[in-house]
Amino acid sequence: MKRQIIDKGVHSTFLLIALFSIAALSLIMVFLFIEGIPIFDQITIKEFVFGQYWYPTDDPTAFGILALILGSVYVTILSGMMAIPLGIMTAVYLAEIAPPKVAEIVKPIVELMASIPSVVIGFFGMVIVAPFIQKLFNIPVGLNMFNASLMLAFMAVPTICSISEDAIFSVPVAVKEASFALGATHFETIAKVIIPASLSGICTAIILGLSRAIGETMVVLMAAGGAAMIPGSFFDPVRPLPASIAAEMAEAPFRSEHYHALFAIGIVLFLFTLIFNLFADYLSHKFRQVGEASL
Amino acid sequence: MESNIKMRTENLDFFYRNFQALHHISIEFVQNRVTALIGPSGCGKSTYLRCLNRMNDLIPGITVKGKALLDNQDIYDPSIDVVTLRRRVGMVFQKPNPFPKSIFENIAYGLKVNGVKDKAKITQIVEKSLKQAAIWDEVKYRINESALGLSGGQQQRLCIARALAVDPEVLLMDEPASALDPIATQKIEELIGKLSSKLTIIIVTHNMQQAARVSDRTAFFYMGKLVEINDTDTLFTKPGLKQTEDYITGRFG
Amino acid sequence: MIKKRLFMQKMCFSFLRMAVLINGAALAVILYFILSRGWRAISWEFLTQAPRDSMTAGGILPCIVGTISLCLITTFVALPIGVASAIYLNEYATQGKLVRIIRLGINNLAGVPSIVFGLFGLAFFCIVLKMGVSVAAGGLTLGIMTLPVIIGASEEALKSVPNTYREASLAMGATKWQTIRRVILPVAFPGIITGSILGLSRAAGETAPIMYTGAVFFTPDLPTSIFDEVMALPYHIYVLATAGTNIEATRHLQYGTALVLIVLVLGMNLFAIILRSKMRKKLRI
Repeated sequence: MKRQIIDKGVHSTFLLIALFSIAALSLIMVFLFIEGIPIFDQITIKEFVFGQYWYPTDDPTAFGILALILGSVYVTILSGMMAIPLGIMTAVYLAEIAPPKVAEIVKPIVELMASIPSVVIGFFGMVIVAPFIQKLFNIPVGLNMFNASLMLAFMAVPTICSISEDAIFSVPVAVKEASFALGATHFETIAKVIIPASLSGICTAIILGLSRAIGETMVVLMAAGGAAMIPGSFFDPVRPLPASIAAEMAEAPFRSEHYHALFAIGIVLFLFTLIFNLFADYLSHKFRQVGEASL
Repeated sequence: MESNIKMRTENLDFFYRNFQALHHISIEFVQNRVTALIGPSGCGKSTYLRCLNRMNDLIPGITVKGKALLDNQDIYDPSIDVVTLRRRVGMVFQKPNPFPKSIFENIAYGLKVNGVKDKAKITQIVEKSLKQAAIWDEVKYRINESALGLSGGQQQRLCIARALAVDPEVLLMDEPASALDPIATQKIEELIGKLSSKLTIIIVTHNMQQAARVSDRTAFFYMGKLVEINDTDTLFTKPGLKQTEDYITGRFG
Repeated sequence: MIKKRLFMQKMCFSFLRMAVLINGAALAVILYFILSRGWRAISWEFLTQAPRDSMTAGGILPCIVGTISLCLITTFVALPIGVASAIYLNEYATQGKLVRIIRLGINNLAGVPSIVFGLFGLAFFCIVLKMGVSVAAGGLTLGIMTLPVIIGASEEALKSVPNTYREASLAMGATKWQTIRRVILPVAFPGIITGSILGLSRAAGETAPIMYTGAVFFTPDLPTSIFDEVMALPYHIYVLATAGTNIEATRHLQYGTALVLIVLVLGMNLFAIILRSKMRKKLRI
């Protein structure tokens, strides 16, 4: 039968196409490593990761990225401290207490936040927020860790909020009703039943939100100040990993040490987000909510 | 007698992963007769029905053992083409499920996928099927409107017409009236009576009066086993087993 | 006792409301500044001419055209592959190791930082495949980046098609592919298109992946082939704001470009939403 043969052919074709994503991911890894590994002919991995000095164009050169890693980590933690409570609280509000009409307004606000291009947020941080915090805190520069974290938080909130909201929403109504029937207030039900029940989803949301923050480029490129130093305070300028790559790739000669070093930074960044994502994947599978019995 | 058997199963076992849902079911379905499958929820009657057109194949993790024969040919034989099988063994579902297409397109769909290209022929079969399903008079002036605009009962008769269009030899009906009101149910039941002159019908129902009204033979399922099968009149008036009697008199289930 | 608990609830709920207000206020402030300062730069000349005088005057037409052409290539790459992958995952695949691996691949692809996509595009498309800095290389890079979004949106749309449609079609002797093509895809189509446009609008606003693969600092010419380099709106904002010849004097152009980018991105979103509601209505005739 002809159409049954077509059916088999279509099946195999779709399978092949579905493998494309894995192929792309593998290619990305392969090319990062091909272009990044040569730097380790010059210095050891330890020197690269823990070296304090990043002077890629000086003579002699120094390719230590500790300051860049710490810049990324600090900025991510600081933005997380702002975005996690905001994101989760908004999610709880949307899923539990917002009247339908209010939710209809708040949801588009969150979606709108997610759809503003990162370069616009970076630009805003640079031209509006920087002079503002410079004056407010009476500091020499407004382009610093605090500014970048604030802008990153704005970008991480929608991710954290929408994934948390899904998790909270998927808690079975029966569980909620059981808590109400025992005389718990709505808030007690939220705090003691609903949030614990959706904790794995909320954790996934946090990890993915932070993963987005650590990999975000334009905001840290434009608003973080760009100094490759280990920061001593909130208001010191920093140069996170993605910012270094983006800022320096233009001036790094093709296949020079500097070029390879920037790809090696790409490897570090890729590994960071890979670990975040694998962890998120593990969490969401391990603690998947299966019906009401799983609680 | 043997030549009158359209479809039968021999010691049919059905497993979902490690759970055995059906145990050694052997039933013979007589040509152009209505057989009703009754029993409490979860007794396996729907699962059994879906074994007969291999609809269960869609669920991962299932195994079928034993034989299911259509015209003495095992439908689980590897050489059998499941697509052709499903054309020969039609199905009507519990809830009316017309496609979000026009009434005409709903009926024509089965013809088109089975390779009928002649427009005039399609139009003719669409009309014939709608007439067979006793819905033609209600829809003939709105045949190009969406099927989703019909009432539940009309939708279900449309689904029957849709199944009839590809000219099946056996029609499986999975509680076809359970989502309908009494008047719509009555229409479906009359329709089953009419159709049985040309088709072998196997109907699952949890409504015993319905089984008694529409079927020639009735099989009683319980806990994945066939408890008793007999002519409907006999089964309902002189059940052979205590368990059957308890069920049909409403003592459990 | 109960009074205290209800007071507690009231207090905590106000905190939640405050969180929402902070989000809304942040969005409002950003939009306010971009809109109020950007619209002054907008003129017919701004939208239809190339930059002049070392990009301190003139318009942004090459950037608009560049961003749109990048977006088109992205669509051609990501839409077919994304929809086909989603069809495989949702309609054909049975749960198993392979599917688990494919999903893991898609999830991780979604998490790859945008600048890493840029590095990859540079090393693979521009250098190994010898495309150079071009619309093709930039669009392919953005396409791979957008793929997970389109797969996700398409899967969501396919999942929302009731299973009874599949059963009814198969029960009539349709093959799987016939069922997908004639029943499932038409029903899922509005959802797929809406989700895809949303994904593409995000691609239109991305800067890091195209910085070294598709977009250049300045070129007054509009692209004539997919192997031409282009200017792009997001990159133009970055360039003017950080490396222009006179950063302060071109502020209004920066705001103007940001406004055009936002309007383009939000316009695509709005278009997607309107399209969906129209197609949903049409489906029900």
